[in-house]
Amino acid sequence: MTKTLYDKLVDAHKVCDLPDGDMLIYVDFHIMNEYTSPQAFSGMESKGLKVWRPEAHLTVVDHVNATRSVEAPDAQSKLLIDNLENNSIKHGIAFYGLGDPRQGIEHVIVPEQGLVVPGMLIACGDSHTTTYGAFGALGFGIGTSEVEHVLATQTLRYKRMKAMRVTIQGSTTLGVTAKDIIMKVVQVVGAGGANGFAVEFAGSAIRDLDMAGRMTICNMAVELGARAALIAVDEITQAALKGHSHSDQFAFKGESWVSDPKAVFDKEFTISGAAIEPLITWGTSPDQSISITANVPSALDYVSPKAKMALERSLQYMGLTEGQPAQSIKIDTAFIGSCTNSRIEDLREAAKILEGRQVAEGVEAIVVPGSALTRIRAEAEGLRGIFETAGFEWRPEAGCSMCLAMNDDIAMDGERVASSTNRNFEGRQGRGARTHLMSPAMVAAAAVTGHLVDVRDFR
Amino acid sequence: MKEKHMKKTIKGIAAPLSLANVDTDVIMPKRFLITITREGLADGTFADLRFNNSGQKRPEFILNKSPWANAKILIVGDNFGCGSSREHAVWGMRQLGIKACIGTGFAGIFYDNARKNGLALPIVSHEIRDKLLQFAKNANSPEVSIEIDTQTITAGEISAPFEMDEATRTSLIQGRDDTLDTLKYASAIHDFESSLSDQMRVSVIK
Repeated sequence: MTKTLYDKLVDAHKVCDLPDGDMLIYVDFHIMNEYTSPQAFSGMESKGLKVWRPEAHLTVVDHVNATRSVEAPDAQSKLLIDNLENNSIKHGIAFYGLGDPRQGIEHVIVPEQGLVVPGMLIACGDSHTTTYGAFGALGFGIGTSEVEHVLATQTLRYKRMKAMRVTIQGSTTLGVTAKDIIMKVVQVVGAGGANGFAVEFAGSAIRDLDMAGRMTICNMAVELGARAALIAVDEITQAALKGHSHSDQFAFKGESWVSDPKAVFDKEFTISGAAIEPLITWGTSPDQSISITANVPSALDYVSPKAKMALERSLQYMGLTEGQPAQSIKIDTAFIGSCTNSRIEDLREAAKILEGRQVAEGVEAIVVPGSALTRIRAEAEGLRGIFETAGFEWRPEAGCSMCLAMNDDIAMDGERVASSTNRNFEGRQGRGARTHLMSPAMVAAAAVTGHLVDVRDFR
Repeated sequence: MKEKHMKKTIKGIAAPLSLANVDTDVIMPKRFLITITREGLADGTFADLRFNNSGQKRPEFILNKSPWANAKILIVGDNFGCGSSREHAVWGMRQLGIKACIGTGFAGIFYDNARKNGLALPIVSHEIRDKLLQFAKNANSPEVSIEIDTQTITAGEISAPFEMDEATRTSLIQGRDDTLDTLKYASAIHDFESSLSDQMRVSVIK
């Protein structure tokens, strides 16, 4: 029988069937952060339960910590940070806190530490856990009650998803990045288009990507509703597994972590790589995107009254007018960071644009490396100098920062942000804040000109 | 507010919330997430839709209007609950008195979170959802009834089936604690673990 990579991963982790139709699946590795785990620990304790296998968990501080200084966090974030550390100590769980050289955004540090290998099943109380599919591992986000469930049982109750394949044919053109590819997929499939599906990304444009690019693709797959994202293991994956602190400790053998050649998918999409241009979002859902050379949609582009109303609402929130050219959108802030785009490769791409150029007057530009290791490496490569000379603020601490503004990096009402992040929801970066998603290089280019601009004009 | 036991019938005023892609940042803005308990989240629920910048109720928002201010059921747009995994969104909705959302499909993590907290999410066709939106908006008394075990929704003249997977339905009806229930299978978990090679046992360096 032919199987998809997804089915192989589920089958390899199935503990048993349950009478109500669910199955129990085994969680090899579980990551927790400071804001979605407190009630899981207290819930478990209130039931008199213990952590099933403490060494299979990692806790890391990333969501609420300030990134602008090494100074003590404010009282509110301290509450969550201390709670995480105390729970970790009490239950014998590894804790990568502030000041630890291994600290950073969950989905940036796990690959850096060699904690993801093909064939693994990874859960985390964070929706962007789909990132690990880049390694041929099954990663997915869970809620706090499920965090408790994993802590106490090392398993989850699970229902098999349907399988979708998205193929990006051919090659992309110069200036088009992994971020543009996944934004195109979200635009084509829709924000809820993959609800109930595990999505495998295939095609030569995907194969050509390095691991950072593949992580960006799988990371943002949750924005189309995918509960899991996968890319078949190849020599690029294998090469990325070496040289980390946990390397050679783990191997999940017994299967080839690729879909069988004749595996059947419930749904297929095919997109031409050559047709993808650098994209920006104009609205308040990640699927509301256009090419940087295009205009903001107008009511004439839509048929249904519901779609026209949605357009009107988005444009009103975003402070844009129908038909306005994308490149006429002026920005207040440029933000490079997040689990989607804060890896060393992302910083290099942005630095290429910034070298020898200056951030436009009146634009506040911030870069938050995804991890302490990324920051140290970037500084050693001279990237910090390039960012700072251009007028970017280089943050000394790693974290999610302005992606979701749970720390003190909050955009003001009406403030317009060119952002290398993953969500342009209403209020995401601050109440009334206006987010335009794009690649890190596009953020750098927008910072230089003061408005959204085609990065291809910079090369 | 520990109302985990789902009655087999949920009955109450239904409010129309037709926007598509209502995400969990909108359901529970980040400023309410700095907490280590599950309590006190009712005020934060839909906060930016319910209140203006100075904390006054927005009179135009559906849940601020009579009779929908007492809504126990929401009729929602496509892909409700997308985005962040924050279970705080579901805790807050329950604390606000919401017992069910009827929609055409929900984001996966939100769906699972809802089940854990006794928030029912019946799935209907677009046609039925649109009829229910109209009913909730226009009926004199927009009362909707959801029968979980027969999987039927009744609203005035409307009577329609809904989808809900068996495990979720069982869990809602029994008000079961999944963690405790799973521990009944502890020996199966031990057996699975003992079949794993050493290289398949993750041990994180402290």
